[in-house]
Amino acid sequence: MLKRWKQYRFLFEELVKRDFKKKYKRTILGMGWSLLSPLLMLLVMRLVFTQFFGRNTPHYTTYLFCGNLIFSYFSEATKSGMSSLMENAKVFTKVTVPKYLFLFSKNVQTFISFLLTLVIFFLFVAIDHLPFTWKFICLLYPICMLILFNIGVGLILSAMYVFFRDMKYLYDVFLKLLGYMSAIFYTIDKYSAMGQNLFLLNPVYLFIRYFRKIVIEATIPSVWFHLLMLADVTIVLAIGCWVYKKYNHKFLYYV
Amino acid sequence: MSILEVHDVSIRYMTGDFKEIGLKEYVMRKLKGEYHVNEFWADRHITFTLKKGDMLGIIGTNGAGKSTLLKAVSGIMEPTKGHVRRQGNIAALLELASGFDGDLTVRENTYLRGAMLGYTRRFMDEMYGKIIEFAELQDFQDRPFKQLSSGMKSRLAFSIASLVQPDILILDEVLSVGDGAFRRKSEAKMREIINGGATTILVSHSVQQVRDLCTKVLWLHKGEQKIFSKDVQGVCDQYEEFLGEK
Repeated sequence: MLKRWKQYRFLFEELVKRDFKKKYKRTILGMGWSLLSPLLMLLVMRLVFTQFFGRNTPHYTTYLFCGNLIFSYFSEATKSGMSSLMENAKVFTKVTVPKYLFLFSKNVQTFISFLLTLVIFFLFVAIDHLPFTWKFICLLYPICMLILFNIGVGLILSAMYVFFRDMKYLYDVFLKLLGYMSAIFYTIDKYSAMGQNLFLLNPVYLFIRYFRKIVIEATIPSVWFHLLMLADVTIVLAIGCWVYKKYNHKFLYYV
Repeated sequence: MSILEVHDVSIRYMTGDFKEIGLKEYVMRKLKGEYHVNEFWADRHITFTLKKGDMLGIIGTNGAGKSTLLKAVSGIMEPTKGHVRRQGNIAALLELASGFDGDLTVRENTYLRGAMLGYTRRFMDEMYGKIIEFAELQDFQDRPFKQLSSGMKSRLAFSIASLVQPDILILDEVLSVGDGAFRRKSEAKMREIINGGATTILVSHSVQQVRDLCTKVLWLHKGEQKIFSKDVQGVCDQYEEFLGEK
């Protein structure tokens, strides 16, 4: 593992550099967009939804930001991850390189955007007069899990995208649906206990919930909550690795 | 000691319906039982070994399975049957100018390609000047790659792969690019690499080039191995005769 890392480190760094340059090519603000777009999104949602949900929800701005922060990282990472393999079809049909590097490179890029947004998020938390407790350290757990989860989903999607180009459109629809089901801008306490439990089946909701618990409620979720998250991530990652292992030499025929 | 051993390699290639159709078509055709995948053997029972310093020329008409074989040798494709054993690092130049990124500069592309070929950063830092000098692209270093002519692109690709002493170098139609002056220069470079002990595989439609450079020759015809021999001149004579008959 370490040897492989050493061997491909240079390539990986160059790929990350390339992806960055390509993403912000011909934009004046460049990286600034990674900060600005979630903020604009937040502003719009804040204006629109405060009338409906904001009155009874304490710290609604932070509540909303938690949802947006997680969900936009997830959708960015998986969407760019999906096309990573196809975009590099010209490369992996000519040179022997580990194919997952293309996906990792995209994930590094979205992770850095996420980190920048996270800084702004903490700023908002401070403005919202929420106390920073030692429990914030626990946020490292959902962040690490989310990185792995995004990689897992990205592996699956990028493989599927090679076989079916429809995936792009299907996934857009799916993301929209998932967004509505992740309680980003509404609260779930109007649902029955059963209904509330159904939300736990949505892995993205788990990440959002974890953030809200720590930041707004200053409580650490239960052990079961941690394990549920771990199970989701493990399953997705395992499927992703399996797909890549199985089709590693078949992608070539489909591009 | 053999550097490269290709033992009874057969490669089944797939083409057919699956490539351009979408999800809907796929489901429809599966249901109707009209989903067809054509499989054909691009290469069949190819066996050869190369020793250190050998230069193999692969000849054959279009569709003989040359490029597919090279993909198996370089590890991009896995043989359906048989096995390929390689010793040492391998640099494959297949369809040279592709795989570069048009939006990046020449410098960035050089590093990226170097990384893909498995070089280290330190090595690239050392060699970068030489690579650009050999490719004669000193004035283009910070230009976007897409502004280069196709000859320049191939020159760069050749320079990156050849200046670095790989153990096995694979060249697919590489030397037929560039103008006369560069071609002479690259052939001289090739000889230098061979004399330096590298094992090289060259695919070329120019029989003359194979005669001039190669020490071994492999003739493929419709995926079958016709001849593998050290008698380069003899096989080339036969091949030219064969071409003449057609």
